[in-house]
Amino acid sequence: MDYMLSDEEKTLIATAKNIAIEKMKLERKYYDENEEFPWKIIKEFAKSNLCGVYVPKKYGGLSKGIMGLVLVLEELCKVDSGAALPLAATILGTLPIILAGTEKQKTKYLFDIASGNNLAAFGLTEVNAGSDITGIATTAVKSGDYYIINGRKRFITNGGEAQVYTIFAKTNPKKGARGISCFILEKGMIGFSFGKKEVKMGIRASSTRELIFSNCKVHKDNLIGKEGQGLIIAQATLDNSRPGVAAQALGIATGALEETVKYAKKRIQFGQTIASFSAIQHMLADMATEIEAARALLYSLARTIDSGKQKRVSKESAMAKLFCSEVAMKVTVNAVQIFGGYGYSRECPIEKMMRDAKITTIYEGTSQIQRNEIALNLIKQSF
Amino acid sequence: MNIVICIKQVSKLIIESTINTIDSRMCRVNRETAKLILNPFDKYVIEESVRIKEKMGGKVTAITMGPYKSESILRKAISKGVDEAFLISDIAFKGSDALATSYVLSCAIKHIRRDYDIIICGTQSLDGDTGQVGPSIAEMLDIPHISYVSKIESIDIDKKTIKVIRKMEDGYDIIRSSIPVLLTVVKGINTPRMTSFKSNMISKKAKVKILNAFDINADIKKIGLRGSPTKVAKLLTISYSYDIISKKSTEEETCDQIIDILIRRLFNMKII
Repeated sequence: MDYMLSDEEKTLIATAKNIAIEKMKLERKYYDENEEFPWKIIKEFAKSNLCGVYVPKKYGGLSKGIMGLVLVLEELCKVDSGAALPLAATILGTLPIILAGTEKQKTKYLFDIASGNNLAAFGLTEVNAGSDITGIATTAVKSGDYYIINGRKRFITNGGEAQVYTIFAKTNPKKGARGISCFILEKGMIGFSFGKKEVKMGIRASSTRELIFSNCKVHKDNLIGKEGQGLIIAQATLDNSRPGVAAQALGIATGALEETVKYAKKRIQFGQTIASFSAIQHMLADMATEIEAARALLYSLARTIDSGKQKRVSKESAMAKLFCSEVAMKVTVNAVQIFGGYGYSRECPIEKMMRDAKITTIYEGTSQIQRNEIALNLIKQSF
Repeated sequence: MNIVICIKQVSKLIIESTINTIDSRMCRVNRETAKLILNPFDKYVIEESVRIKEKMGGKVTAITMGPYKSESILRKAISKGVDEAFLISDIAFKGSDALATSYVLSCAIKHIRRDYDIIICGTQSLDGDTGQVGPSIAEMLDIPHISYVSKIESIDIDKKTIKVIRKMEDGYDIIRSSIPVLLTVVKGINTPRMTSFKSNMISKKAKVKILNAFDINADIKKIGLRGSPTKVAKLLTISYSYDIISKKSTEEETCDQIIDILIRRLFNMKII
């Protein structure tokens, strides 16, 4: 389907596709097997202006909105979502600054992020907090012009590799959800270090690490928004970033389907291609239909967010993330099934796609949390 | 430094030897049904010209001869950093062989950029594969040419000289030439760059100028079928048939015995 994409949007897709095919495809096996952070690929994103796709033009970006971001991520993830993840995670880490940062903070950080010089990361999850943000134990105690931060963050994508971190800490533990604030931290600050790197099932090219704050001194200028606004900032960030995860899922699913159709047309059994069997045809038809439905939902959401006409998009954002990620999981499982033994073998890219797809139903809110969000808004909105 | 590059659009299906790209009856390549791409050899031409410009300053002009569809490869060249592009297109060019094509391109170069310093072509095209167009242009313009250049060592603007390395079958030649000069560059002389979103948008909006035979003062007798001494007698698709025999060495059979089997087989096939 055409989706009435503009000339600029089509060019964005073409630019991303070129990198995916020319640079990422050959290296995806290497990065997956060696679990190496894909700096070489990120440099290509930077040279192609893709790092700033969502950043406003005023700060050196392309101002292509959520739609632009979705199109780029989808295209890159068709080939390798692991190597594309640093870009998506950077946007997640940058969103609090774009949405709630001061002019000074934006000028200081966004230019280097848009140019690809710096990556960013988002630090919310902790050992006992994730879906339940009020459970965070990291504290920020004010002392003159500074805040002293103590605590640990878990499973932080781009951890250790990013230069800029937007993290959440309790400034007033008594106030519960209203006592959480958001801060910008930089790699190299005294008292800010990194813990162990996670060994993961999929998205192995990306880095997932622990952030450790031990009396980390942060100037009050690095507070995003006001004290106690952390939860609102986190919610607004996730509303805008979940389409990114959805796009990642959609890309993986589309890539898997493309590979599967090609394979089904080539694989001969009982004297004919397996694509000629209706058992396979019906599987392919379901995969394609579900992908297209996921795409239609995601693109509509992206357009809605970019239009600015709808104030709160929590419900729709959760719907797109839930649907796209569940479709990605289903499609990749079926892709492995159609590939048979080859699909299970690490020789083919399909098993990697299945491993990569799984995370999309987990991070930035599990499928169960998305359903909670949808139901909550549904009940709240009805009268 | 004014650099002119000659690039070409070729049909992709040639690579896959699909029968429908070849019109056997008319003895020509059927460009209408084929997927058209930039000649793979010319990717390196574009990159090398832009690298010279970035180092020495100046301007890169891309020229291609072909139907209107060929405009897309000129836009691709612009997205990689080429400054201006000309499409030389005329129905009268139809059927031009390597000689007539060289004549048209030399006329175009004389018309568009008489003050050129370096002309760069690919060593050959994927479809015609003659490797003659580059050197022929140089002859028609009466300038020296160096083919199969694998590295540009140095360019001296004041002395108007260039030093290059030419790839040979048995090694390398280091050659110094005066400027203006025509070079044909080999695949792998550089790693072509990726295009950015911004450069892709520039190329979409760029103007590609179109010139016909009259515009470039081409002699009508020297172009098209009339100007082409090459007559294609026959055009066909060759299909290779493979006969693979795999044989594992067992304990009884030594390596020498297997080699013996291979030699006998090659002898029977009249290969040796």
